[in-house]
Amino acid sequence: MEAAAAGTNYLNNGYGVTSWLLTKDHKRIAILYLISITVMFLLGSLFAVGIRVELLTPQGDFVGADTYNKLFTMHGVVMVFFFLIPSIPAVLGNFLVPMMIGARDLAFPRINLASWYIYVFGAAFSMYAMLAGGVDTGWTFYTPYSSASSNTNVIPMALGIFITGFSSILTGLNFIVTIHTMRAPGLTWFRLPLFIWAHYATSLIMILGTPVIAITILLVALERGLGIGIFDPALGGDPILFQHLFWFYSHPAVYIMILPAMGVTSEVIACFSRKRIFGYGFVAISSLAIAIFGFLVWGHHMFVSGQSVYAALVFSVLSFSVAIPSAVKVFNWTATLYKGSISFEAPMLYAMGFIGLFTIGGLTGLFLSSLGLDVHVHDTYFVVAHFHYIMVGGAIMGYQGGLHFWWPKMFGKMYPEGPARIAAALVFIGFNLTFFPQFVVGYLGMPRRYHAYPDEFQVLNVLSTAGASILALGYLLPAFYLLWSLKYGKDAGPNPWRATGLEWQTASPPPTENFESTPFVDEDAYEYGAREAHVV
Amino acid sequence: MSSKFPLFPEQASTLAADVDLLYFFLIAVSLFFTVLIAALVIIFAVKYRRRSENDVGADIHGSLALELLWSVIPLGIALVMFAWGAKVYLDIARPPDNAMEIFVVGKQWMWKIQHMEGRREINQLHVPIGKPVKLTITSEDVIHSFYVPAFRVKKDAVPGRYTELWFEATKPGSYHLFCAEYCGTEHSKMIGQVIAMAPAAYEEWLTGSDIAPVALSVPPAGAAAGATSGAAGAAPEGMAKAGEGVFLQKGCLACHMAAPGSLGPNLAGVFGKERKFVDGSTKVADEAYLRESILTPLKHVVEGFQPVMPTYQGQISEQELMQLIQYIKSLGQPAEGEAVNAPAQDDATTAGEES
Repeated sequence: MEAAAAGTNYLNNGYGVTSWLLTKDHKRIAILYLISITVMFLLGSLFAVGIRVELLTPQGDFVGADTYNKLFTMHGVVMVFFFLIPSIPAVLGNFLVPMMIGARDLAFPRINLASWYIYVFGAAFSMYAMLAGGVDTGWTFYTPYSSASSNTNVIPMALGIFITGFSSILTGLNFIVTIHTMRAPGLTWFRLPLFIWAHYATSLIMILGTPVIAITILLVALERGLGIGIFDPALGGDPILFQHLFWFYSHPAVYIMILPAMGVTSEVIACFSRKRIFGYGFVAISSLAIAIFGFLVWGHHMFVSGQSVYAALVFSVLSFSVAIPSAVKVFNWTATLYKGSISFEAPMLYAMGFIGLFTIGGLTGLFLSSLGLDVHVHDTYFVVAHFHYIMVGGAIMGYQGGLHFWWPKMFGKMYPEGPARIAAALVFIGFNLTFFPQFVVGYLGMPRRYHAYPDEFQVLNVLSTAGASILALGYLLPAFYLLWSLKYGKDAGPNPWRATGLEWQTASPPPTENFESTPFVDEDAYEYGAREAHVV
Repeated sequence: MSSKFPLFPEQASTLAADVDLLYFFLIAVSLFFTVLIAALVIIFAVKYRRRSENDVGADIHGSLALELLWSVIPLGIALVMFAWGAKVYLDIARPPDNAMEIFVVGKQWMWKIQHMEGRREINQLHVPIGKPVKLTITSEDVIHSFYVPAFRVKKDAVPGRYTELWFEATKPGSYHLFCAEYCGTEHSKMIGQVIAMAPAAYEEWLTGSDIAPVALSVPPAGAAAGATSGAAGAAPEGMAKAGEGVFLQKGCLACHMAAPGSLGPNLAGVFGKERKFVDGSTKVADEAYLRESILTPLKHVVEGFQPVMPTYQGQISEQELMQLIQYIKSLGQPAEGEAVNAPAQDDATTAGEES
């Protein structure tokens, strides 16, 4: 192991451009994804800045209405399709799935590289759509507005999303095959780290759900381009059909974002409590339960669309069913802390923040599943607040926590702990200040996607914008110290956190082949008590 | 609405208090669990903080009893929330039988409203308090959503179909009307007011003149469209009467005659009746069915008639459609049945496609 650390690793094994652009190493592909999604995150954040500045005042005075509509559309499209969905799976998952199961690479390394190219190709289409004037349909592309009314670049944007979907499908496929076939000897299903269970469940959604959004968004483009009547009632189509198809993917897509973050949280909490995850089996299976139930609840986005009362009742009760596995996870993480040996490095702060914010995000989801209440808050800022608690408070907190946790593994260097803790605190405080007031303004009745709004909503919007500027600091800070650490950070060594898990048993950064010899697993995940004897 | 910094919306309909009560229940449950989780996390974090470098956590694997406990309790609470939410939803979904009807058409970017008695308005809806009001809603272009926060009601306006929404205002005042479904450039300007008035004041208002008959081309300047109580011009034409005009102007009478042997069915008394079609299926003739029969007449051809009616898709505005439907509905009222139509015929001959 010492020899490997001193010798070649995946980072110094070739410096040429082609050694990166034609790499089949899952770890290098993870780095390619890391760079690409960071660019997209920056872009999506800039759009968010535009939105929050506009909403400082009730009059639409910072940008025009059309510009504002494009800002929130592109914020949503970029963040959802080009940042959140690939984030943890394509970066951390790509890097860690083979390492955690003791494999050399993913099952299909070439397909893995292809998925990155497909992602870049799709992103290029959407970049073109944005540079050529943008899109103003909202990330939801509701018909017939998107297919018949909007005069913006819907078709290139739709094609960008269509193309990128294949990258998601291929990544999911690769993970499933890898997890099934390439586990190290002795690594049975119920010895797998919960990160792997979460990625397995996520991959199921990716391969089953993504084809539906691909077809749907293509149909929008076809209706728009060729006048084929699918969704536009003027052409004999049904606009509500679009909503069914769209949410059939896009609700489960929320679980593509949150399940991997739950996986990260499980790893981090176990490590910094130095304790096995309480109720491991329940936490593992609840990921699958969320993935499966998640496919049955799409109609809760349509309670005021005029769908039948009976359909609404069924979708409501099924939506509540997702609450159970989610609650099980939160209780188990909390119980894991009990009698642990807890320390508070930055990844742990993110994980604890995740529990809090996901709890609020999940509970406010119950408000939206409650039929009579949803009628009032549907399409208001209450919904905006709710899903940001899940997607930002949950998914991005998880991503940030995971990035800090595995940064030493990925680059062999420690990030500076002080600034990292400050960043985690800024994110938590800034996030709550940004989005909590939106619950209040939503219940007051402020609709989403409003460029201008009545005066009485201003105070809450000013609070929200103030919070967003704190949040922005919390996101910018890591960009500096993480880059700084690449050159000046302390050497991490193979296992700086003294964590269990196969990825920590090899050098940091790992050698191209991951392990010098195939590891053998003879214990459950998170055996912190047993492991203490042979800490590296 | 008066406060500069409200934290809670006004309650101005009979449904509002029910929705708010459910809201408070959910807040209470959420508060309980959030505080519980936060307290446990903080207490454990402090109490079990690492004291020496090599400490490890206790070797605890889990507890089936606890897993069951924290699955079953949330499930029970969730079911209560579901049942309560469903009850409130059903109340919101079902207008009382005695509700008065008003017609709403959304278009980019304005709300066009017509009262049964004929009076029209834009971006304003005058309603009496203490009386259930049912809105029949559609859209001329894209999806909009009719939302009155003070009443806690919302319903999408979907092109190509009718949706309905009802409320009963409880106190006079002016309340926000928003478009809640994103609909393009001026989405945030597709707003207006619902003005709830004492019944007598409403009756008087009804007899006033429209804002302007050509107001359809006026830019959607929400607040600017004032000028409501200038009780000048003649009393407006009722919707059914206007519908009769459409009926004559579109030449419907040529086929839908009261005489036997007419190409299309006699329309008297059709509304609310079950219709039998050539393929053997049946359907109750409600507003949605009448609309469909005018726009896509060959979809359901009534037994005993030929599929000969042309489509009126694109040739009739949403507003005219609503008027026409009101006219057909008015034919069903017993007193008028005789006057407008031939002697009552039995089912076999009255059956036929509508329009």
